[in-house]
Amino acid sequence: MSDQRATLADWAKPNPVTDNRSGLIGKAVDRYDGPAKVTGTAAYAFEVETPSPALYGILVTSRIAKGRITAVDTASAEAAPGVRLVWTHLNIPETFADPEGKVGFAKTHFPLFRDDRVRFFAEPVGLVVADTFENAVAAAQLVGFTYEVEGPATSMDTALDQGEIPTGDPDLEMGDFEAAFAASPVRVDGIWRTPVINHCQMEPHATVAWWEGDVCVTHTSTQVLKRSQVYVSSTLGIPQDKVRVFARYIGGGFGGKVMNHWDLILAPLAARALSQPVKITFTRHQMFHATVHRPGVTQEVRLGANPDGRLTAISMMTWSHCDSAGVFTEPASRFARNLYAAPVRRMGLRRVRLDLPPPGPLRSPGEAPGMMSLECAMDELAEQLGMDPVELRIRNEPESDPETGKPFSTRQLVRCMREGAQRFGWDRRAPVPGQVRDGRWLVGMGMAAAVRGSAILPAKAGMGVDADGVVTLSQAMTDIGTGSYTILQQIAAETMGVPLEQVSVNIGLSDLPPAPGSGGQFGAVTAGSAALAAGMSLRKALAQLAAEDPDSPLHGGPAEAATFQDGMIAIGNRSERLSALVSRAAPDGVYREAASGPAADQGAWDRRSYGAQFAEVGVDTVTGEVRVRRMLGVYAAGRILNAKTARSQLTGGMIWGVGAALTEGNYPDPRYGSFVSQDLASYLAPTHADIGELEAIMLDEEDPKANPLGAKGVGELGIAGSPAAIVNAVHNACGLRVRDYPVTPDKVLAHWKSNPLPLAARGRGVR
Amino acid sequence: MSTTIEVNGQARTLDLDPRTTLLDALREHLGLKGSKKGCDHGQCGACTVLLNGVRVNACLSLAVACDGDKVTTIEGIGQPGNLHPLQKAFVTEDALQCGYCTPGQICSALGMLEEVRAGWPSQVTDDLGAPIPLSAAEIRERMSGNICRCSAYPQILAAIEDYAGDAA
Ligand code: FES
Ligand code: FES
Repeated sequence: MSDQRATLADWAKPNPVTDNRSGLIGKAVDRYDGPAKVTGTAAYAFEVETPSPALYGILVTSRIAKGRITAVDTASAEAAPGVRLVWTHLNIPETFADPEGKVGFAKTHFPLFRDDRVRFFAEPVGLVVADTFENAVAAAQLVGFTYEVEGPATSMDTALDQGEIPTGDPDLEMGDFEAAFAASPVRVDGIWRTPVINHCQMEPHATVAWWEGDVCVTHTSTQVLKRSQVYVSSTLGIPQDKVRVFARYIGGGFGGKVMNHWDLILAPLAARALSQPVKITFTRHQMFHATVHRPGVTQEVRLGANPDGRLTAISMMTWSHCDSAGVFTEPASRFARNLYAAPVRRMGLRRVRLDLPPPGPLRSPGEAPGMMSLECAMDELAEQLGMDPVELRIRNEPESDPETGKPFSTRQLVRCMREGAQRFGWDRRAPVPGQVRDGRWLVGMGMAAAVRGSAILPAKAGMGVDADGVVTLSQAMTDIGTGSYTILQQIAAETMGVPLEQVSVNIGLSDLPPAPGSGGQFGAVTAGSAALAAGMSLRKALAQLAAEDPDSPLHGGPAEAATFQDGMIAIGNRSERLSALVSRAAPDGVYREAASGPAADQGAWDRRSYGAQFAEVGVDTVTGEVRVRRMLGVYAAGRILNAKTARSQLTGGMIWGVGAALTEGNYPDPRYGSFVSQDLASYLAPTHADIGELEAIMLDEEDPKANPLGAKGVGELGIAGSPAAIVNAVHNACGLRVRDYPVTPDKVLAHWKSNPLPLAARGRGVR
Repeated sequence: MSTTIEVNGQARTLDLDPRTTLLDALREHLGLKGSKKGCDHGQCGACTVLLNGVRVNACLSLAVACDGDKVTTIEGIGQPGNLHPLQKAFVTEDALQCGYCTPGQICSALGMLEEVRAGWPSQVTDDLGAPIPLSAAEIRERMSGNICRCSAYPQILAAIEDYAGDAA
């Protein structure tokens, strides 16, 4: 394995993935883990078999947001049936803060139960472990905490002027914005608000842990195995190689499981104290406070333009909230640095300290909430200019990154918009709102652009082949529903020239070669590039083995000319089965590891995935309800690795956009510092009946400057821009501009009180 | 309390804490972990099983109240290598991502199709007198008790339609 970093020239050379001789790359292959998941045999963390019966742990959470614990009464809980242990800050064994503070975005998590302070509502402050789930739940109710309560700060609006500039994220100032804006003949100037969004992964965070001697074994619901391993080892103060973290199946992540939580520390700690496996799961209610969420974002967007539609000045400032000690800032204005051309530019991020639970990353941090303002502002500008929204965006398409001047690796935003407009029937959109009626519904169309960065991170992978010719890909990678198992299977099969059935994918364990896991839509390209590198290294080893083996028909041939296809290794017209070679010359199998990562000269290029979102909505003239009738996303995201799983990722993201536009949001209760919605009945994630026709189209593209696979991320692209397309469609349907998300019926009805429905919308319709 | 439940065709007798839900009896006492716990409050559908042929949220049923009942879980519907046609359709249509809601979706869909066959109306049924069409709107409405945060809804609809079409 060489430490020499690859260059773009290396990536431009053909490789088995780009050659795609067997056609497995991009193919709509069924999910590798599908059969296990549809039969319920895939074991998620809480369900893993333990070596001896497990005890059940339940977290006890604070009932205040801010203050001090003045007294603790554990006597009745300790005396309750089946209880084995009750811990609070008074008696928990010592744990250690992560010395570098690198493990979590929310530093408040370290160490556990560290003192008598309460920092946010429903912060875990105690643990009860009992012999059964029922006994543990009952005893947890009996732990009594007395508090000295301080009033929590919960309102972002009153704290905007105290916003901090996050370290390492200075404002962008190009030109004199105020002057250029004032001089612009056409202007949009508005404040948009996006609320707290909860991840609501269907599988709550959970961990089961036990000890094998001095080795701590955990199965947990995490997106990043290595981070979890470091978290356990640093918090417990034990060496990293004494911690094994498994996550074979994960019931959804969406960014929330990039971080680990109390379960991952308390389960090993209690298992050690009780010499028995312990399992801990968050309750659904606890998921709303004691994990992380996307913070609420206040967004000021100001656009100045010439009458021809060209932007003269663009400013986007965003404020998001963070807990008292955390470091997370929603990077909501960052994408705007790149998206549209304008000579004068100002962008900035502000972090506002509130006594709310710690925020963290959620599917497409930055782009997802940020595009909900800028892409609506663009729609408002188009309306003022009397210009088609697609045309306005095309007019402001930059030739290179408007901030840095870097060329784009690939950027097919314009093609996405044009193709989308054509397929969607955009020409049927009535430019003036309120013109189209269907029974009691007003109907409208809207669109928005989509962009999301696409990074490759350093990773390793191992690839081996055994005497039966079975290829095994090994990596400390996770599959949170994204399709990692499947694309790794495809890459391994294509690289080694074997059928899919001959590949076994071994991921979900921290012992394996490290990968950064799933998140930021870097997962597939990062893990896949390392898999390709490992495969190339294995091919080399096998070719040498054959060339040097006197019993091989390939003996004496030039190893570098070896090819791999149909389960065979060949040099020229001499060939043999992989299984024959390995079983004879290396009966224990051959295994190689290799690393991959960003190219040394990659930074000279701007690399992102792009798309265009189109939506048609109906607005109920009686109830104010908005329904999405159909949606189309057209995307350019490099080489698609699996047409089936990529499409699911994209449509899944679009549906998150429906939620963000119309139903989802959580709000602080100023009295208690809690969130108002604490369960799935009051937090309105989209359900099946909310979703109409939905289509995701992926354009042909290869991006050899993104990574050796030529692929880019799709996991977060679908949510970028889709809420704005819906809200712009609402405006087109009925004339309403909502800048306060989500667009709920009360806001629609209030608007109609002050702004009577357009003429055509009253009485009999025009359609 | 001694409780006997016929689970996937086999009578199982358990000595249960009366507070145990049917879901926890299956998962924690019988090792049938295919039924998932997403909320424990009847709000997500991940725990859906068939109780005497009818879909229920197992987290809302106390196990001791199911004494003498017949329960079908995902494990009783099909196994790897022996997939039920609906399970197959879920794989083919990619009607899952993380897979955590999936067993509940499948049990729920099977129960739902029986309800339609039996003529139970839904919120979107127009004509209460006529046979109920298995339209996309009916399926979407009737499957809305099963949340899929991965948002595989369009593929779930397609899988159910494939299966129902083949079965018809
Ligand atoms: S676990 Fe039963 S409905 Fe959610
Ligand atoms: S597949 Fe993940 S929640 Fe449905």
